[in-house]
Formats: sequence, C-alpha cells, structure tokens
Amino acid sequence: MSHVAHIEAGSNAKPAGTLTEFVTFTVGGNLFGVPVLRVQDTLIPDRIATVPLAPPEIRGSINLRGRIVTVIDMRIRLGLPETGRPKNGGMGVTVESGAELYTLLVDSVGDVITLPSELREANPNTLDPLWRDLAGGTYRLANSLMVVLEIDRVLDLRAKN
Amino acid sequence: MDDLLTEFLTETAENLAALDVELVKFERDPSDAAILGSIFRMMHTIKGTCGFLGLQRLESVAHAGENVLGKFRDGALEATPAAVTLILSCIDRIRQLLAGIAETGSEPEMDNAGLIADLNALAQGKAPAAAPVQPLAESESTDGPVISEAGFPVAADLLCEVEAALSSGVQAATPEKILAELEAERAHEKQPVLVPAPTPAPVATAPAPKPAAPIEAKPAGQAAPADAAFANASIRVTVDVLEKLMTLVSELVLTRNQLLQMVRGQDDSEFKVPLQRLSHITSDLQDGVMKTRMQPIGNAWSKLPRIVRDLAVETGKKIDLQMLGAETELDRQVLELIKDPLTHMVRNSADHGLERPEDRRAAGKDEIGTITLKAYHEGGHIIILVADNGRGLNVERIRAKAISNGLATEAEIEQMSERQILQFIFRAGFSTAEKVTSVSGRGVGMDVVRTNIEKIGGTIELQSAAGKGTSFMIKIPLTLAIVSALVVESGSERFAIPQISVVELVRASARSETRIEMINASPVLRLRNRLLPLVSLRSLLRQEAGETALSGEQFIVVTQVGTYNFGIIVDRVFDTEEIVVKPVSPILRHIPFYSGNTILGDGRVIMILDPNGIASAAGQVQMSANDAAEKLAASSEHAAERTSFLVFRAGADEFKAVPLALVARLEEIDAGKIERTRARHVVQYRNHLMPLIPFDPNHQWKEAGRQPVLVFTDGDRSMGLVVDEIVDVVADVIAVELSADEPGLIGSAIIGGKAMDIVDAGTYVTRAYANWFASEPVRETATKNGPRFALIVDANPFVRDLLTPHLAGAGWRVMSAETGAEASRLIESDTGYGIVVAGLDTPGFDAAAFARKLRANPRGASIKLAAVSPITDDDEFASLREAGFDICVAKSDWSVLVDQLRALVTDLPRLEATAETDAGAQPNVTPVRKKTARVRRVTGRDQVAA
Repeated sequence: MSHVAHIEAGSNAKPAGTLTEFVTFTVGGNLFGVPVLRVQDTLIPDRIATVPLAPPEIRGSINLRGRIVTVIDMRIRLGLPETGRPKNGGMGVTVESGAELYTLLVDSVGDVITLPSELREANPNTLDPLWRDLAGGTYRLANSLMVVLEIDRVLDLRAKN
Repeated sequence: MDDLLTEFLTETAENLAALDVELVKFERDPSDAAILGSIFRMMHTIKGTCGFLGLQRLESVAHAGENVLGKFRDGALEATPAAVTLILSCIDRIRQLLAGIAETGSEPEMDNAGLIADLNALAQGKAPAAAPVQPLAESESTDGPVISEAGFPVAADLLCEVEAALSSGVQAATPEKILAELEAERAHEKQPVLVPAPTPAPVATAPAPKPAAPIEAKPAGQAAPADAAFANASIRVTVDVLEKLMTLVSELVLTRNQLLQMVRGQDDSEFKVPLQRLSHITSDLQDGVMKTRMQPIGNAWSKLPRIVRDLAVETGKKIDLQMLGAETELDRQVLELIKDPLTHMVRNSADHGLERPEDRRAAGKDEIGTITLKAYHEGGHIIILVADNGRGLNVERIRAKAISNGLATEAEIEQMSERQILQFIFRAGFSTAEKVTSVSGRGVGMDVVRTNIEKIGGTIELQSAAGKGTSFMIKIPLTLAIVSALVVESGSERFAIPQISVVELVRASARSETRIEMINASPVLRLRNRLLPLVSLRSLLRQEAGETALSGEQFIVVTQVGTYNFGIIVDRVFDTEEIVVKPVSPILRHIPFYSGNTILGDGRVIMILDPNGIASAAGQVQMSANDAAEKLAASSEHAAERTSFLVFRAGADEFKAVPLALVARLEEIDAGKIERTRARHVVQYRNHLMPLIPFDPNHQWKEAGRQPVLVFTDGDRSMGLVVDEIVDVVADVIAVELSADEPGLIGSAIIGGKAMDIVDAGTYVTRAYANWFASEPVRETATKNGPRFALIVDANPFVRDLLTPHLAGAGWRVMSAETGAEASRLIESDTGYGIVVAGLDTPGFDAAAFARKLRANPRGASIKLAAVSPITDDDEFASLREAGFDICVAKSDWSVLVDQLRALVTDLPRLEATAETDAGAQPNVTPVRKKTARVRRVTGRDQVAA
C-alpha cells in the first residue's frame, strides 16, 4: 500500500465567510468534496480484509501504519450502481472521526481546490434523498457540480437503518 | 487556565480523596497518632498551596480546618463525631471551591464565614454547631442528577449505630443535646468548658448575605516543599505519553514475534541466544508498561461507601455495601469512564431497589438490604456485577411506562418476553420512579450508563426478579491486552480465537475415527464418549460454502465458554500468536461474534472471534445437538448408560434434577391464570383442572408473568410442579448417591459437572393426587392371596428406584437384586414372587437362560417376566419372548414401559406382542389408558407423536 499524497490537517479554525479548501473525488461519475481539514491522507488500498457479516457499505479493514482503518465503500454508501467501478480498486480518502480512522473508497481522487463559502448553495430539490442526508450543499464549478459531503453523516451508518 | 492552576487542582483533588480515607480510619481509631499526623500534614499542604496561588477563600477555609486538626494532634481537642463531621464539611467546602475554580478559573463567590466561624469555635473548645449530616450538596445547578459530596464516609459499625438509633426513633441530636454531650465528655477535662449559646447556623452551603469575615492570608512560605517527602515517590505523566509507550511496546512485541518465527526453523543460528534475551526483556517491558495503565477498580469504588451511607440516612433505609474484587485491575481510561455509571447504578439500587426496613421485614427479608459490587477477570474481559437484594424491577410499571412514552404499542409489548421489556429502562428519559427524588428518578441515567459502557466496547446486561432483587452485569474487554490467540482460517479469511478459550484441537476427516456426524441436520463430534455440539464458522459468518480439502479434513477448535463446551469447525489452523487486541470500530460493534481485531505479524488485519458470541448464536444448534446426542447415546453400542435429566431451579440457588423421562411436558403458564381453591393452586390445563404443587415450600406465587411448570401426566391426570426456572436438559452417565432421609429427594449426583439433588417426582405427584400410583383396587387382591413380591433385577439403583413406586403403588412389595446370581437365589428361595422385572444389562445376568429356567419350573410358570432393555433390539426381544418373557421394552420408552408393567401387575389384558416399539412407531394403547401415549419429550425426540 502506498500513499499518493499526505495532507497535513491544520488545527486552527478558519475565519468565517472566507475560503475553504476541499479534497475532491469522484464516485460513479459524480464529483464530491470534503473539507481538507478532515482528511488525513489519501492512499491506494490493497489487501482489504473483509469483515463477514458487516453491513454492505463496509468493505473491510486495512492496516495503516499500525492502525486499523475501516474501509467504507462509497459507491454503496451513496447508492450508486456497480457498473463503472474502476478495475484498479479505486482510491481511499482517510478521515478521522471520534478517535477512529475510516477510509472512504472512491473511484479517483482529484485536486484540492479552494472555494469561497459564499458560493456554496443549498442542496437542490432534485437531489437524491439519500444524498440529501449526506450532503452539505453544492458548488457550481466550471464544468461540473460538486456536492459537499458531511463526513460525520457519511460515517453514521446506524442512522441509515 | 494556566498550567499551574490545573496542576494544583489535580493534585489537591487527590489529596482530598486521600484525606477522606484517612479521616475514616482516624474516626475508627482516634488514638492513632500516625494517621492524625498524616491528616494534619495533608491539610497543611493544601492550605499552603492555596496561599501560594493567592486563592484566599480556599486558604482561609483550609486554615480553619488545619487549626482544628492541630488541636486534635495536640490532644487539646477530642475527636467527637460532631467534630469530625465538621472537618469533613470543611473538606467538602474545599471541594466545592475547587470545582468552582475548575469551571471559571477563579474562586466562586461563596460565603464561608459560617463554616470558618464554626471551625474556629471548635478549635477554641466551644461546641461545634449541630451539623446534621447533609447528604447532598446543594449545588448551584439543579438540573440532572446530583452527586453527593457532603456527608462523611463512615465505618460500617458507625453506620449500624446510626441506623439503629434512627430506627428506634432517636432524633438527630439537637444543638442543645450535642452541647450537653460535649459537656459530659469534657467533664473530666482540665480546660474550663465554655457553654456558649448554641450557634444557630448549621453548616451553610448556600451563600448567605453576610460580609465574608476577613482572615489574613498567611505568607505563602510553606507551599509544597515541606511535604515533598511523600510527593517524590510518584511522578505525574500524561496519558498520551503512556499511550505512545504502549503502542511502541506492542509493535516491539510483534516484531519480536516475527524474529522468533524466523529463527525457529534454524537450529544453529547465532541469533538464537541474543534473541532469547531480547524476548525476555521485551516481555518484562510489556508487563511493566501495562502496569502503568492498570489501576485497581477499587479506585472507582472508593467514593461509594460514603454515597451509600448518605443515601441510607436520607432514605431511612439500612444498606450494606459489599465490595468484592476491588483489587481487580483495569485500564485507567476505562476506569474513568465507568466510575459514573457504577455510581449511578448503586444510587438506583439504594434509592429505588432496596425497600425500607419495615417493608423488608414484612416481606420476610433481612432488614438490612445489601448492594453487592463484584469485579473479576474472565477470558480477556473484566466483569463487574452490581446487584441488590431489593424489590426487583417492576415489569408491569415498565410495560405501562413504555406504552405511555410511546416506545412501543400494546401489540408489540404483548409479544415481548419479560427480558425484552426490562430493556426499556435503557432508553433515554425513561424512569418509572413515582417520585423524582434529588437522588435519582429523573430518567437520565441508564441510557447514559449504557452509552458510556458501549463507548469502551463493553456490554451491560440486566436480570431482575420481583421481590428478590436486581443485578447488572457489565462486561468490558481488556482492550489493551496482548493476548495469545490461535489463528484459524475459514472461507479464505483468517481469524483469531483467544487461546484462553481453546481447550483442544481435533482433526476430523471422513475416514478417521473422529468424524463429524450429522444428527437432525446439526453437526456433532463424538469425542471420548461425549458428544460435542459443533458450529461451522463458515455458515455462522455466512461465507460461501466452499469445498473442503480433498482429504475431507476439517479442523475443530474445541472451545469452552464457562462450563459449556462446543466445537468450531474451521478450514485450517495456524499458529498461536501473541496479538494486540484493538477494539472493533463502532460501526461494527453490533456484530456479536467479534471481540476485537488485530494486526498480525505479516501486517494483515484479522478479526478476533468472541467465543461467547458464537456460543450464544449457536445456542439453537446446541439444543438440538443435545437431543441428538441423547439419541446417539441411547443407540450406541458402547455407550455407557446415560440418563437424561431435566435441570431446574426452585427456591434456593442450587440446581435440581429430575429424570426427563418422567416429565410429560414443560410448560410456561400465564401466572395470571392460576387460581386458588381452598387448599391449593390450580390452573385450567387441557380441559382439566391441574393442581400446581410448588417445589419450593416457600414459593411466592406470582401474579403475572410466565410461570415455568413441569407437567407430570398419568392417564388423564396431570399435575404441575412449579419451579423457578427451567435450566437445561443434560444427558449424562450418572452415579447417584442415595440419601435416605430427605423427603422429596432420591439422592444426589454429578450431572453435567455439577452436583445436584435428584428429585423424587413421586413425592410431588402424590401430593397432588394421593393415589397417583395406585391403579385399580386390585391392590387388595394382590396382597391377600397369591404372590406378594416383585423382583427388580438391575444393577442401577436409580432405575430400581424409578420402577419401585410403580410396582409398590400396585400393591406389590418390591425386592431388588443387583446381579443375575442374586436374582436366581431370591427366586428360588421364596415362593412369593409374582413378577420379575429384569434389566438386560445387569452384569452376570443371562436373561434368556434365567427365563427358561424359571419357566421350566412349574412354580415359575405363572410368574410374570418383564425385560427392560437399554436399547430396542427386535431380534433380541423376539428371542427373549421365546425364552419365556412376557414383555420386553426399551428403557427409553419409559411411558410404554410403565404402561406395560402396570398392565402386567394389575392383570389387565396385556398388550399385543407387536406393541413393542421401535423408535418412532405409535404403540397400541390399552383400552384404559389412552392418553398415556401422548408423551412428548422436550428434547424433540419424538418417538411418540404428541
């Protein structure tokens, strides 16, 4: 397993009303973004140990420098179809929540972009209901729409049931 | 808040805790100068540090306290309970002030003049103000449950004294009274006793609108150094540092293991010796670091005696707090997290669980209620029990509350078992307390308790019996444990099983002697004459059913959970490794089969299996495997004689057993349907009134809920034996030790590894129907004319005893013989025998020969001969009948055996020869006893259709 990029997460809160940096990634052709401050690193996962009887969103666990990280399959979590899943297995965006580490398995990781908070728009009415729970707004970019994901809600699998 | 202040707060808090403990000791033995010395020093330190930091209010309070302690030390003041109370309130006040500082960073605006004045008055030999024990601190906020800080920890004997006084109507001492007492005590003192007017202010905790009495702050000179002596013995280290150390050591352990592995194969490696040393050092290091984080659970319990004592006083109850296993160690962080839950549960027990003394007396219980805390290690977990012997949880109220809170509908509740209903107390905002006391009852407790416990990966279970008490069991994994685990493979995934649960490994293949057999579609393994229920890991984890290895080999990990043994079928078995247990991610914690996960030496992540979880899930499997086991046992050639027993509990805590063969049915009847006639309890059962006889003479009849009952049936008469709990069905080879004296008991035996009493069902059924065993009035004729004796030939005393009542009930006098030789002797010596019941497995007994000999003799022509065989063997039966036996029955067909015997002894038309059963066929029935055919065993071994 190798890292593609290791992003240092700063600990200072940004002043309100200005720019936020997002790590972008695609799943099933859709563009998503999460605040860079929440992201520990991105990686190419290999040797994912499956956990029998785990909910389908959980792909399994991996060993990240001695810590056990739970892998969340974002395609399943976002309710997207299996077709088009990359053959190389995709990439992982590692986030921390409540002293536990999770890796979001996505198709590919894009750039880190900076966006001003004023441009953030509310979830459009046409947004898939499942995503509405997980999304915290959208940004209209030059060629695409980026959906901001709320990491804590993404990780809260129990609420889904 | 700056570091200095933070450190001060932590340190002082520790000192105060120590001070509490010391004061309790001091109270027990006021003459101990050493204790007093250390108490004084501690207060002195506190005062000094306060002064150093410019915390004036704190310092003045501490100073006043120190004065009094100084007087104690000098012998100028006697440590009366009232005086000690005052000192303790001083400590409490300090705590409050500290709490205020922790919150806001500066001292709270609190007026301490009253307290200080009292302390000073005491120091000067004046009477302390009446200090009624105030069990609860009146804190500024009134939301949420309040933790008691005031009051003082009292030795148990003092507690009893107070209780005794309270219950006999003694009022708490008024100021005048205390004064008078003080006077009397001082009668022989040399100092002049001043009798001032009793100071009106009790220990005030609410701020009073008086100006604070100024007390000069003494120059800070002393601070800490004078008492550095006992401070140097320990060092403060942050938890993070320890955590890092722990992780590093774990990595070291794993790397060491890898090295050991690599070197293992090579005999002559030069690395071996130094590696051995490295290994030892690593193990020692591991132990040492683990110790830094482990603390005895007694630390979390230390506040509880005081809290319980205060609660007892406030509620007027008598409470004894038992703490067992206080030295059991667990991780410091875990300790912090369970402190509050434990406190909460203890308060609940004291406040709601235990009844008032008069209620307890009325219920026939000891006046003093007991709350028990017990902690111990078991299999990688720490188990903590919190139990009380109070009134138990009120299921009805919980039910009602659940409905009224909208947590479930009536229909849903109807479906729930009592156990499920009890779980409602863990819901947020749930409280059935009628009164919200200041102690508890606000309903914010148990959900928080459960959340906190689950946060650390633990579980909490609850049990409750109305009128008897409630108990909680908390199970917390020792997550920092480095444990030995067996690595296995199933469905191409690897798993770890804690070594401590593994009993042995067995390799089974289709061709070997040890092979997996399928009974009732459940796999079992025959292992050294025992049948072991098996569970397949593949099917449990719903992995794909794979092909077993070509050789048909499978591995079985024989696992032990408590006293229950079972086997886990896996594909492959690897090494035993030392692994670092890491808790499972919260989103996976709901899966009951995993107790953690870990990283192996080669870097892969594997799940750690929880044998407990597997055992519970396989519970269904177990039950059917057990009866399958019995069937096998019954038909096995070299099976030792096994008898199936039904194990139950009634009354006391010990288990009792009754031969399963005698029990017609197990029922759980609705307690609400039990009716009481003049002398007994009955219930409508299958269109008859069935009398209910409780096994336990002190049985408390329930008004509602399910009542377990063992039903004995004879003909169309049924009788229900009321028990507390039906525990298990065990098939075992038994050796009964007969006990002659106790009515209702045949004897005792070791069943399933436990010693238990074997119940004489006959006693109970005759209580229901005095003439249970009497059949028809043929009784008389049998005794008056003709043969009077019946002979039972069987080496097994138990069987003889089972058969005897049936024969005796029909009027026969029963003799017994243990061997064939003895049987022959008896028959030849006496002409009075009319019937012989012979067990075919009696040693030295050739049944056919015996029969032929008997029949050859004209005298023996009319003797009825019955053969009782361990197994059904048609051929043998046929040849026995030819030799002269009248009937042959298999022992396992108990009811049929009884039937046929009865028929024999009472001379009714005998059953046809074809009535001998092979398992599964419906026997013909005699015209008289139709319903006896409907015997249904609980084990599902349905030889006879119900």
